[in-house]
Amino acid sequence: MAGILKQNSPSSPPPPMSDAASAPAAKPPVDLVNVQINGTWHKLPKGMRMIEACRQVGASVPHYCYHPKLSSPGNCRMCLVEMGMPPRPQPGQEPEKDEHGMPKIGWMPRPVIACANTIGEGMGIKTEGKLTEECRRGVMEFLLANHPLDCPICDQAGECRLQEFSVEHGQAESRYREDKVKKPKNVDIGPRIRLDDERCIMCSRCIRFTAEIADDPVLGFTERGTHTTLAVHPGKRLENNYSLNTVDICPVGALTSNDFRFQMRVWFLSETNSVCTKCARGCNTEISARGDTVYRQSPRENNDVNSTWMCDQGRLDFHFVNSEYRLTDPMVKSDGKHAVTTWKEAIQSAASGLKGLGGDEIAIIASARMTNEELWLVKQLQQATGAKFIDVVPRSGGGDNYLRHDDRNPNSAGVRQILGIEPGAALDSIQRAVRSGLIKGVVALGENLLKCGFDKDSLGKLSVFVSTHILANATADLSTVVLPAASYAEKRGSMINATGRLQRLNKAVKSPGNARDDWEILNDLVSAISDQKSLGSVDEVFKQLAGSVTCFQGLTLASIGDLGRQVLETNETVPVLEREKERKAKGIIVG
Amino acid sequence: MASNPVEYLPGKQPHPREHRMIFRNVDRAGWDASIDTYLNDGGYEMAKKALKMERQDIINEVKASGLRGRGGAGFPTGVKWGFIPPTNTKPVYLICNADESEPGTFKDRYILHQDPHQLIEGMIISAFAVKANLAYIYIREEFPHAATIVEKAIAEAKNKGFLGKAIFGSDFDLEIYVHRGAGAYICGEETGLIESLEGKRPYPRIKPPYFPAALGLYMSPTIVNNVESLCHVKHILQMGGAEYAKLGTPNNTGTRILCVSGDVQKPGYYEVQVGKVTMGEVINDLCGGLKPGRTLKAIIPGGSSAKVLKADETYKLKDGRELTIWDIPMDFDTMAACGSMAGSGGVMIMDDSRSMAWVINNLNKFYQHESCGQCTPCREGSPWMAKISDRIIAGNASPDDVDMLEQVANQIEGKTICAFGEAASWPTQSFVRKFRDEIKSMTKADLAGRIVNEETKLAVAGLEA
Ligand SMILES: Cc1cc2nc3c(=O)[nH]c(=O)nc-3n(C[C@H](O)[C@H](O)[C@H](O)COP(=O)(O)O)c2cc1C
Ligand code: SF4
Ligand code: SF4
Ligand code: SF4
Ligand code: FES
Repeated sequence: MAGILKQNSPSSPPPPMSDAASAPAAKPPVDLVNVQINGTWHKLPKGMRMIEACRQVGASVPHYCYHPKLSSPGNCRMCLVEMGMPPRPQPGQEPEKDEHGMPKIGWMPRPVIACANTIGEGMGIKTEGKLTEECRRGVMEFLLANHPLDCPICDQAGECRLQEFSVEHGQAESRYREDKVKKPKNVDIGPRIRLDDERCIMCSRCIRFTAEIADDPVLGFTERGTHTTLAVHPGKRLENNYSLNTVDICPVGALTSNDFRFQMRVWFLSETNSVCTKCARGCNTEISARGDTVYRQSPRENNDVNSTWMCDQGRLDFHFVNSEYRLTDPMVKSDGKHAVTTWKEAIQSAASGLKGLGGDEIAIIASARMTNEELWLVKQLQQATGAKFIDVVPRSGGGDNYLRHDDRNPNSAGVRQILGIEPGAALDSIQRAVRSGLIKGVVALGENLLKCGFDKDSLGKLSVFVSTHILANATADLSTVVLPAASYAEKRGSMINATGRLQRLNKAVKSPGNARDDWEILNDLVSAISDQKSLGSVDEVFKQLAGSVTCFQGLTLASIGDLGRQVLETNETVPVLEREKERKAKGIIVG
Repeated sequence: MASNPVEYLPGKQPHPREHRMIFRNVDRAGWDASIDTYLNDGGYEMAKKALKMERQDIINEVKASGLRGRGGAGFPTGVKWGFIPPTNTKPVYLICNADESEPGTFKDRYILHQDPHQLIEGMIISAFAVKANLAYIYIREEFPHAATIVEKAIAEAKNKGFLGKAIFGSDFDLEIYVHRGAGAYICGEETGLIESLEGKRPYPRIKPPYFPAALGLYMSPTIVNNVESLCHVKHILQMGGAEYAKLGTPNNTGTRILCVSGDVQKPGYYEVQVGKVTMGEVINDLCGGLKPGRTLKAIIPGGSSAKVLKADETYKLKDGRELTIWDIPMDFDTMAACGSMAGSGGVMIMDDSRSMAWVINNLNKFYQHESCGQCTPCREGSPWMAKISDRIIAGNASPDDVDMLEQVANQIEGKTICAFGEAASWPTQSFVRKFRDEIKSMTKADLAGRIVNEETKLAVAGLEA
């Protein structure tokens, strides 16, 4: 074993800050202690959980019940490791030293759990070796003794901790020759979740989530011993808007999502990092797709945004991406009928229509669901057409004391920064001007105008009505030019969330048919109307944005990274994060 | 102190070798559980005295007495009391553990039934010493009678001003409440008990960080003591710690109540000075010997969780002494040196009529039933042991199964949240190690590796599927 003393940073590097002004005050000094892990001495922050210390030095400890955001009951016993401390020297005696001049460790005959115990000066930890391996093999054998092993039909298979740790620490053959305990299967515990009690390993993560994070303690154990059974309390349902997080943290296939159940084997899925666009929180997500079909969406850890959670509403709102109502081809209306055409002709038709109108006859209804890059191009379109009227459609309501924000648009902050408008401020006057016939041309970007106060008659009288849509709808039906656009899962781009964090969407799947990414549509439209040079990529659009809007200065789309960057000062806090900070300060959770 | 001569009910006279202190009033003629009877006997004088003492002086007396907990672990009571953090600002709680559920143990119930005021007096002194204004007596659900009696006793004491506000005219307030368990052995484990008292499932807590003396009931410092332990406190105050320490043997002081069951002529409870009688004396003197024509086979000396002692074993001690099972003094330290424990004082004697496979099956079934199910090794290991031993006694096991039984126990011991893991695995480990051949003689070699299903079960029974 190498005789090196390693210095480790106390925790993962802090997320980069955009400017010096918003950088936090210098971190308070942390007491470092000397800890020997698998023979090598390290300096690590005092009071750190052993499991985190081990992880930090690359000696990951297998675990089931431990979750850094939840309290630690220490019930699975998978994380048992060998531990030792320097023996207290006899009075007047010097402690014995090892070859590094560190006190010799007296190893304890019994293993300890790494998840709940903290490190102290001179501690030794062995995550390898006979004792630890025996413990892990034993726990694995016990966990499988009464496990149904229905891996072939289990949704968790492929991402199951039971499977993973069996491979690493288990044994090939079972010595268990007794009848297995029978428990309820396929239990309906809530509108979005099914429970298989035979698969449950009783780690209590789901119970702790509902009690500690969602404040909805509807889950608990009934019966005892080997008959212990997870259940919803009588008369209760697991139906809060965060319920599906329990499926994520369940280490096995006991809790499955009704939505994802039996849809796809997980090993066929590929993951793309993105953000949820269903409210201004911008929860970080992972989109799982096979081919061009999205199968599920799950939260991705970001401790400045959503911790490791997301709401069910946001999570499940992706099926429209693969809807049969997707628009797949550009269409132009002639003689009251839409006809499929080429992109070139559709753009030409839209451009010439708009060019024939004066700026005070044109309104642009953009969307606060658009990316910053798209909004920048909207700005260019406004300049090219001279459009006097511009707004986006505000959406609000439904905020809660957890993650969900009252602003249901994901990029209102971007709208304010780039378009310089307050969402919804001009909508009334635009509607009036459309009704009075003052406005003769409307560009509607991704918004169904019939759902936000415009009426069918006046929209029908417009001489030019260009709209981009993802799904077929009545507004598209009224449009003179219909341009099929891309969903959030089909694009790369950025948005600014409610707390002023710039975050990036990435392209998980291709758009269907001939539908195109919105920035390309807008880019072409702007070039067709003005003589502005067409931009080659969305990264180039961002470059322009960075050159013209202060909060993007010095950034590139690539440099935003997967965890985003704080670009605006807001005084907003995230309720879930505030509570987690409190619990972390009390030492209840690792955070 | 007014102390009337003690006479006992006919046929219930203590054995001359007994030293009745805690059980002084058990089976006493003319005695009842009322406060008047207790007061006539000089009751509550020690509580009055205590409230005029410095708290630290009481703790020092208890430390000096050498009292070790009678609940099972034998931990020094005074030392435990000293673990309350000196900087504590939260309320302190005292809990009397009256869950008495260790198989083979039946002493606390007699105190609750016949001498509840002795316990209350011990608790007043203890609560005052550790600065607790609220105390609980956690009585197992299977003791409904005891709960009624203790509740009545509390009401009597309260009526007299011995409980409640400003008791005995001091500035010390104390309330004692009875809390009923819900029928689970694990409620006797102190952190499981605390969870249960908080209204939750009795899932034991991990230690660290949840040592009761620092983070106990409602995350406040909490002292949990056994019924018998708390009663001793009264006598320590009466005698003085140093004088009390002269009872028994060094580091194993005072008296303790042995609960003897099994194959002896006179099973029952016997209060003796710790370490002053040997196992042989317990069997032959106190209990009138083995049953006629029988020979000793094995002894579980400290409640069902204690490792079994085999009749023909000898024990080499560090000081060079070599003991037979008959010579072991009934104390904490020697019993530990012989590889078992004094535990809760439940002594179970087994003669040559007993099948060890049957005994271990019986114990395994108890632990299977009582495992709280919180942690993996105990939850899955205990029933596995029960199922293997089921097969052994049904003649449906191979010799390898016996070895596997021991291995399963090894996979539990030392790897669980609470000491139930040891309680469940020590019996199996010790019985298999000491009686392996006997247990294996019930197995069939040709069943090795066979999947156990209805077919094999039927085949074993000589039937066709
Ligand atoms: C599984 C288990 C069951 C226990 N049951 C009891 C019990 O019924 N009564 C008891 O006094 N202590 C019991 N104990 C011991 C308690 O945890 C605790 O150590 C004891 O009440 C402390 O009191 P003492 O120091 O006065 O002995 C049990 C321990 C375990 C691990
Ligand atoms: S939970 Fe894991 S081990 Fe169990 S059936 Fe599902 S995939 Fe297999
Ligand atoms: S359902 Fe899953 S998360 Fe909940 S206790 Fe069982 S294994 Fe753990
Ligand atoms: S050892 Fe057994 S009784 Fe104790 S916490 Fe674990 S499962 Fe429960
Ligand atoms: S991770 Fe479950 S006990 Fe540590």
